[in-house]
Amino acid sequence: MGDLLLHVNGARVNVNAPADEPLLWVLRNRLHLTGTHYGCGEGQCGACTVLLDGRATRSCLTPVGAVAKSKIVTIEGLEHDGKLSAVQQAFLDEGAFQCGYCTSGMILSATALLRDGRNPSEDQIVAAMNGNVCRCGTYPRILAAIQRAAQQQAQGARR
Amino acid sequence: MSSRTEFEREFNEGGSWDPPGGLEFDRRDFLKLFGGGLFVGLGSASAWAQESGRRFGGHELPKDLSAWLHIAADGGVKVYTGKAEVGQNIRTSLAQLVAEELRTGFDAIEMVMGDTALTPYDMGTFGSRTTPTMGPELRTMAAAARQMLMEMAGERWQVDPATLTAANGKVLDAKTQRSLSYGELTRGENLVKIVSSDDALTPASAWKIAGTGIPKAQGRDFVTGSHAYPSDIVRPGMLFGAVLRPDGFKATLESIDTSAAEKIDQVKAVRDGDFTGVVAPDPATAQRALAAIQAKWDVPSQPSNRELFDVLKNGSGNGNVERPQYVAGSVAQALDGAEIKVEEQYTIQYIAHAPLEPRAAVAEWDGDKLTVWTGTQRPFGVRDELAAALKIPAENVRVIQPDMGAGYGGKHTGEAAVEAARLARAAGKPVKLEWTRREEFTWAYFRPAGVIEIRAGARRDGTLLAWEFHNYNSGNAGIGSPYAVPNQIIQYHAADSPLRQGSYRSLAAAANHFARESAMDSVAAAAGVDPLAFRMKNLTDTRLRAVFQAAADKFGWEKAKSTPERGFGIAGGNEKGGYVATCAEVEIDSASKKVRVRRVVQAWESGAIVNPDGLRNQLSGAIVQGLGGALFEQVLFANGRIQNASFAQYRLPRFSDTPEIEIVLLDRKDLPSAGAGETGIVGIAPAIGNAIFAATGVRLRSMPMAPRAAAPGQPDSGLRS
Repeated sequence: MGDLLLHVNGARVNVNAPADEPLLWVLRNRLHLTGTHYGCGEGQCGACTVLLDGRATRSCLTPVGAVAKSKIVTIEGLEHDGKLSAVQQAFLDEGAFQCGYCTSGMILSATALLRDGRNPSEDQIVAAMNGNVCRCGTYPRILAAIQRAAQQQAQGARR
Repeated sequence: MSSRTEFEREFNEGGSWDPPGGLEFDRRDFLKLFGGGLFVGLGSASAWAQESGRRFGGHELPKDLSAWLHIAADGGVKVYTGKAEVGQNIRTSLAQLVAEELRTGFDAIEMVMGDTALTPYDMGTFGSRTTPTMGPELRTMAAAARQMLMEMAGERWQVDPATLTAANGKVLDAKTQRSLSYGELTRGENLVKIVSSDDALTPASAWKIAGTGIPKAQGRDFVTGSHAYPSDIVRPGMLFGAVLRPDGFKATLESIDTSAAEKIDQVKAVRDGDFTGVVAPDPATAQRALAAIQAKWDVPSQPSNRELFDVLKNGSGNGNVERPQYVAGSVAQALDGAEIKVEEQYTIQYIAHAPLEPRAAVAEWDGDKLTVWTGTQRPFGVRDELAAALKIPAENVRVIQPDMGAGYGGKHTGEAAVEAARLARAAGKPVKLEWTRREEFTWAYFRPAGVIEIRAGARRDGTLLAWEFHNYNSGNAGIGSPYAVPNQIIQYHAADSPLRQGSYRSLAAAANHFARESAMDSVAAAAGVDPLAFRMKNLTDTRLRAVFQAAADKFGWEKAKSTPERGFGIAGGNEKGGYVATCAEVEIDSASKKVRVRRVVQAWESGAIVNPDGLRNQLSGAIVQGLGGALFEQVLFANGRIQNASFAQYRLPRFSDTPEIEIVLLDRKDLPSAGAGETGIVGIAPAIGNAIFAATGVRLRSMPMAPRAAAPGQPDSGLRS
């Protein structure tokens, strides 16, 4: 067990955990950030996706010791001053969930995809999101939500 | 638990099942739970209807209520039902129905669901029964509550309640422009009414809140991560558990040594008969402790994919003589005289539900009282499982079912709940147990495999004369034909399933529709009749005809001419009050033999639509999920072990598999609302198979039709997906 200083959702937090413990378990069980979900433990479903310095990362396969220098953002860190991020709002507006268990990972993968004002094509979205599973099969709406968020981002940039 | 029992339980849909009595619930409980106000309960017996409108003095509530509704002094409305929200959106649609009858805004309704201490007994959430049964029950209670509120207002104002109206959570007197909010009316009251009839409900044609696409209740919590799923529950001092699994199915433990595990700091090993588990302060330590246990198992030799269909068709499980469910005329005679004959065998592999949230539970003891948070479609069933396994009375057990990471029929049982409770009792602290994906793939239950045999006969003009249908093991849901055939034999044959099996979205209806609608296509082809025209020629059911026509129109069926690289297929059926027709456009690359479903149009009718937005979401999801079972999902197993128990090995539908999907809803406001969680899945597999046939002339008779590699013992279709 070692003391680790992490940067999570804009705050510095001390965590006492073995360096090889998956980030997913640290987030869920030591920091009680339970919006990040376990789906498979092998990086195949995307339910555990978080942002590491803006990049979508599978927290189930990421040892916590490797991320001490990174800025970690979880689903709990997207909302600012009671305002949802554009991607969160688009998911809500499109009703892009059923049971919602995959939603955190979907939103974070999409957030990474749209970073720096990117406006991906449909094929690019499908390719980038293909590692995220929605077992309820809500893919068409999730796709529509990502396109909506991208569009809003593009409009915002033009203004 | 025997898989057969679980399976049959749902087959019977509770028809032969006597629910145990509801909560012991008396006046003191009422006051304690609700602090007065207005309480309306729904009794199953008509006798309760007479106990209406009494004040509380000495009155005891009946013990057999199926739902109840409470309006507090602040006007807040809480509706209590034992149903479970598993992603099918009933928390929203049921609240809409209540708001409609009670004449409140949607946001005024809070649904309290799936908590055995707070909600009335409910058999479980399955069989697409919530909308057709719980829906009208809640509407009845809400309408009765509204009536009582109007009577209370009439009493206060000394006017005839019939002259008053209710709207937006208030009773209004149009003459005097007076109004009283529901909270003002219920303040200081202790009023209870038990109702049982469903007269005077608002007709769907007059609905203003029901029938609209209100977004999912608490939707914001799902995009912020604040919703707590069963696996997200945290309790003070909570430890983490892990359970030792055998090396294979039907294994017996030969020897075990837990001493190395117990030497790990803060680890406790728990033995209880055949059960062995560990608890630790964190999951990593629990897994390490589990790995340190030395156990030897004897796994008996048992069937594999290779022998599967032979076991189901010819195994010893078929020794019992069973009669057909349905016989009409003489199939043998009709086949003799038929100009067109088709005889086909279909096979269905086991598939896994693979809900994205695996089984999980948090168990906490307080003396001899147990509380368990867990994901289940049957909270009361799991309560009884816990009581039996831990040898405590059921009333000492509380099961709380937070809205969970889906089930699809796969979470009827309480394995994780029982295991967590055993560990927590031994640890003397709350314990969380989350099944790994591998455990979920191995120790849950599967959608049954099956063999289906069909003989059909028709005239040269496409008039069906004979239909004989045998299903071995997979089940009898949707086994009957909706087509008008004068001579029929329909029979389900039970078998000994090599794997543990149970309910799955639509039960066997997906398999039976795959076989039936594929064979129908074969008869149409043999007669040289267009597949849609052939179905219509033999179909009198106007509701099913309507969805076929609606799907075909939207799809452009008439102009859809298949080529070797692009096929168009149609299929449909009805089950559990839902009518579905599905058209699929499939692309087949002649070089790589890769199949891609490009476009799907699905028409749907299930009576009056409660929430068109939620319904579209459900149906679209059912198509995507059904596409997996149609093309590539299959459980591979050998000698008591699952061989593809991970997402890397068990292929699930992903973004890149998803076709363009169009849903056509037929809203029959003149008909009662039926459930829509299941039957939307039955059309996609045969529509794809028929499209492949239309393109290639090859009839695929195995689900899945185009897996990565054929399962052992299964002929290879040559197609990939």
